[in-house]
Amino acid sequence: MKKIKNIFLTGAFYENPTFIGFLGMCPTLATTNSLSKAVGMALATIIVLVLSNFFISLIKSITPAEVRIPVYVIVIATLVKTLELMLAGFVPSIYESLGVFLPLIVVNCIVLGRAEAFASKSNPGHAVIDGLGSGVGFLLALSLIGFVREFLGTGGIEFVSYFDSSVKWISFSVIPGEYVISLLTQPMGAFLTLGLLAGTITGIRMTISKRKANAAKLAAGK
Amino acid sequence: MELIALFFGAVLINNVILSQFLGICPFLGVSKKTSSAIGMGAAVTVVIVLASTITWVINKFVLTTLDIMFMDIIVYILVIASIVQLLEMLMKKFMPPLYKSMGVFLPLITTNCAVLGTVLMNINNGHDFVQMFIYSLGIPLGFTLVIFLFSSIRERLEHAPIPAPFKGLPIALIVATFMAAAFSALKGMF
Repeated sequence: MKKIKNIFLTGAFYENPTFIGFLGMCPTLATTNSLSKAVGMALATIIVLVLSNFFISLIKSITPAEVRIPVYVIVIATLVKTLELMLAGFVPSIYESLGVFLPLIVVNCIVLGRAEAFASKSNPGHAVIDGLGSGVGFLLALSLIGFVREFLGTGGIEFVSYFDSSVKWISFSVIPGEYVISLLTQPMGAFLTLGLLAGTITGIRMTISKRKANAAKLAAGK
Repeated sequence: MELIALFFGAVLINNVILSQFLGICPFLGVSKKTSSAIGMGAAVTVVIVLASTITWVINKFVLTTLDIMFMDIIVYILVIASIVQLLEMLMKKFMPPLYKSMGVFLPLITTNCAVLGTVLMNINNGHDFVQMFIYSLGIPLGFTLVIFLFSSIRERLEHAPIPAPFKGLPIALIVATFMAAAFSALKGMF
């Protein structure tokens, strides 16, 4: 049980794919100009990540080591295409808003990275937890970036239901129109938000580890 | 005239990195030195032109003819992976010095989203053969231009006094912000 919790927390926080690993940067920058788009992207990635980890872990003993990368890529590509067709059929709003970035999940470094680094060496159960952990870490990071960009860029959040465009899950507006930073919803705002957030998070982590080191030093001194 | 606009649009205005966000991984990962940035740009150019041409032909004469469009992503990614592998083998055999200097970047290109992105964009936009070729030449040239400029700035950044948490990628991303701003000013040109 403790091991499962560890695997999950490592993927989601300690080795967060976005802010610590800097993996999967293309969708992180491209789909975060609104919260709903960012969450849709992350959910699609989680589905692919969990399933690809599961299947790759299942076939790990019959995959020859020399051709493992092409095998992984075919597994991932099949899953992505299936997901793309399902989304086009059942949730067209996500399908349309993500555009070319939905098929590009195939070349998302997080998916292939977890397959190579974790799923190819562990049992299917742990591989699913690992996929879920990294996926949730990706979801949290994308939601944070999407929230900051949409909130400061348009003055509020508008999260329209994926299934019915007349239902709004979240809808509020706080900042009056003349004070919004519309730059943040443009491409350059993506680089700026991610750079500032990554720097801030690194700063917080540095402070925490420094405090821990100091506390350890004090305890050792006693 | 339209082709010229398409070419410069692909290089400058709809720049693959700064406005379409494709190929960010090599943009951030292989831009610490100018020489490696140029090597990466050259390798990506060759792969994108070859991959787009081959997938365009496959799409036109195999996938559409046999009505198996649902196989598209799987076929494209296999084509890209094979081209990268083949290029690596050919270079190792016939151009050992070039292979040595570019060797490490080649395997990375398979997972470069700019390659698959350009392939998909050519087909989604319904480009004909000439348009496809011009577009697939413009995209990697834009990539090379931006990654070269960015690596020159990053070489200088190494010596700048930057607050510790922002060292490395965070400050690089903030620099990219200003490059994106500069490139977006070219929008009215074509």
